[in-house]
Amino acid sequence: MNTLSSTQTQLPLEPEAGRRRLSTSKAIVEAIAQQMHTDEKVFVMGEDVGAYGGIFSSTTGLLDEFGPERVIDTPISETAFIGLGIGAAVEGMRPVVELMFADFFGVCMDQIYNHMAKIHFESGGNVRVPMVLMTATGGGYSDGAQHSQCLWGTFAHLPGMKVVVPSNPYDAKGLMTAAIRSDDPVVYMFHKGIMGLGWMKKNPRSIGAVPTDAYEVPIGKARVAREGSDVSIVTLSLSVHHSLDVAEKLAGEGIDVEVIDLRTVAPLDREAIIASVSKTGRLIVVDEDYQSFGLSGEVIATAAEALPGGLKHVSRVAVPDVPIPYARDLEYAVLPTPARIEAAVRQAVGQ
Amino acid sequence: MTVQSVLSEKDKLDLLRMMVLIRTFEEAILREYHADKSPGFDIGAGLVPGEMHLAAGQEPVAAGIGAHLSRGDAMTATHRPHHLAIAHGVDIRKMAAEIFGRETGLGRGRGGHMHLFDPEAHFSCSGIVAEGLPPALGQAFAFQRAGTDRVAVAVAGEGAANQGAFHEALNLAALWKLPVIFVIEDNDWGISVPRSASTSVPSNAVRAAAYGIPGTRVEDNAVEDVWAAVGEAVRRARAGEGPSLIEVHTLRLWGHFEGDAQGYRGDLEGVPGRDPIPTYHKHLSDAGILDTATFTEMGAAASATVEDAIAFAKSSPLPDPADALKYVFTEGARS
Repeated sequence: MNTLSSTQTQLPLEPEAGRRRLSTSKAIVEAIAQQMHTDEKVFVMGEDVGAYGGIFSSTTGLLDEFGPERVIDTPISETAFIGLGIGAAVEGMRPVVELMFADFFGVCMDQIYNHMAKIHFESGGNVRVPMVLMTATGGGYSDGAQHSQCLWGTFAHLPGMKVVVPSNPYDAKGLMTAAIRSDDPVVYMFHKGIMGLGWMKKNPRSIGAVPTDAYEVPIGKARVAREGSDVSIVTLSLSVHHSLDVAEKLAGEGIDVEVIDLRTVAPLDREAIIASVSKTGRLIVVDEDYQSFGLSGEVIATAAEALPGGLKHVSRVAVPDVPIPYARDLEYAVLPTPARIEAAVRQAVGQ
Repeated sequence: MTVQSVLSEKDKLDLLRMMVLIRTFEEAILREYHADKSPGFDIGAGLVPGEMHLAAGQEPVAAGIGAHLSRGDAMTATHRPHHLAIAHGVDIRKMAAEIFGRETGLGRGRGGHMHLFDPEAHFSCSGIVAEGLPPALGQAFAFQRAGTDRVAVAVAGEGAANQGAFHEALNLAALWKLPVIFVIEDNDWGISVPRSASTSVPSNAVRAAAYGIPGTRVEDNAVEDVWAAVGEAVRRARAGEGPSLIEVHTLRLWGHFEGDAQGYRGDLEGVPGRDPIPTYHKHLSDAGILDTATFTEMGAAASATVEDAIAFAKSSPLPDPADALKYVFTEGARS
């Protein structure tokens, strides 16, 4: 846990992060490259991960550095190449397999949830699947209902895979390093809006301090992104930044918002949620995934089970249960925008 | 590695011996499965609960494949996996214990009969039609990248050849010249649907042409023909020449699962004559290779092995319900 005083507002990403700044995509690439240097069993596979460098720049430069034997373009056959990754992992390799958009899980989910996620359990712990399934999530750029979803709640609902969701370059590198080193299957979900891409609106925190050496951000540990005493926002991914922006704005009005960046969805850091809500008594979950039957309900249930009677306010800012619309104004009407988050905070504190 | 292209007399007896062992195992499971489910039939009752898909009649496929594989080779199988597991050298005691849901089982009772994993034999199976094929590609990929001549055999039923996973897997395996042998067990039935109502081609072997790989169909459940076809495919894979597809016209002697009344099926009348074990027994006897004493010895040895495995399973401890959450992750815990 951080040891900074509660009078401080937004916490630095990491005290030891150093001064070198990288985009999230470059931080991911650096993590993969370092592990490929360390462990010859690591390889990268997916659609357009080679010469293109990943549609969202998650593998840029790896082909030049490691060659086509270890950075492998695949046919558009997600079932075949994700299954291939599973079999290779069973035999001791450490594949990093990219599913271009999380939305595409529909064509390959059997390999993911019936095989990748269950083999360790079904084998009574005798067979391990040390595999990373890396995938892009999120909307906000009018890509429509089949290319804009977050879906981490869908993956996290199914037992047997860890689900990590970085919000910034430091966590992106540390979580990827931890994911590749993990003996469990890890679904690594990056939001396109935090990658620091030159061709898409990006959050200013998409570029940040990243240590040069390899390090791990522990899977299953949330982070207090901003300390506060009045209300807890529990969130993740791009919504962390919207929440921090709202918190800074409202700090001028004397509203003290705490922001918890979950960083991992499964296993969920329930202790961090409970600790924050125990302090503030007010909980807002901000989630770019669909509202019903998902992460936001799970976070609220966690707080309610641990703190019966201890909650003065509970609400959520999520995508109401509609497909993501194409037209910009319609899309922004359903995304968890700063305006929606601000309104929720004001309601929580009785303004 | 030299590849044998002619069966010796000993090889032929070994094929029959394997078929007898498999049948003995399946008959024992059949007996144990139904022993405590009467009167009436409750699929969830008894020492061996759940769906039970037995492979009596399909022994030639397993025996013909298993004869060509070595300890480091991999196999992925289907919801009907026992014959393939036995022929591939899966620990028969641990397999029986898994079927009985015991802590000593291959999966400590977490998997069950459709989910058998033996990492020492590089054996696995999947209960989802055609979805066992892609992981076999990955095993073959790992063997190829390690510079070995090890191969992976991916077995599926004829119904699987109409799934997308089948076509994706064949294309990718052919594209990357992976050392995979795809074997389709055509037992005529996808549960109750005959292949004539499910498949647009008379032989799935022709589908190999779409991916530029050899395709062979073995008729009449003939174990020696399976052996020959698989032998060539394994030779090819070990030599780095890529995958092959073999379809075997085999026979599901019993129901899709136990409890299947098979009212849809009109081919039961002819079953006794089509049973591959008496057929091959007669073939070897007529050829002067097999005598009565040897066949009797085969049956006795199989019974001893199988009954030992059943006894081991029945005497093994059940998993502790307190451990129901273990093995989701490698650290054995979940939030």
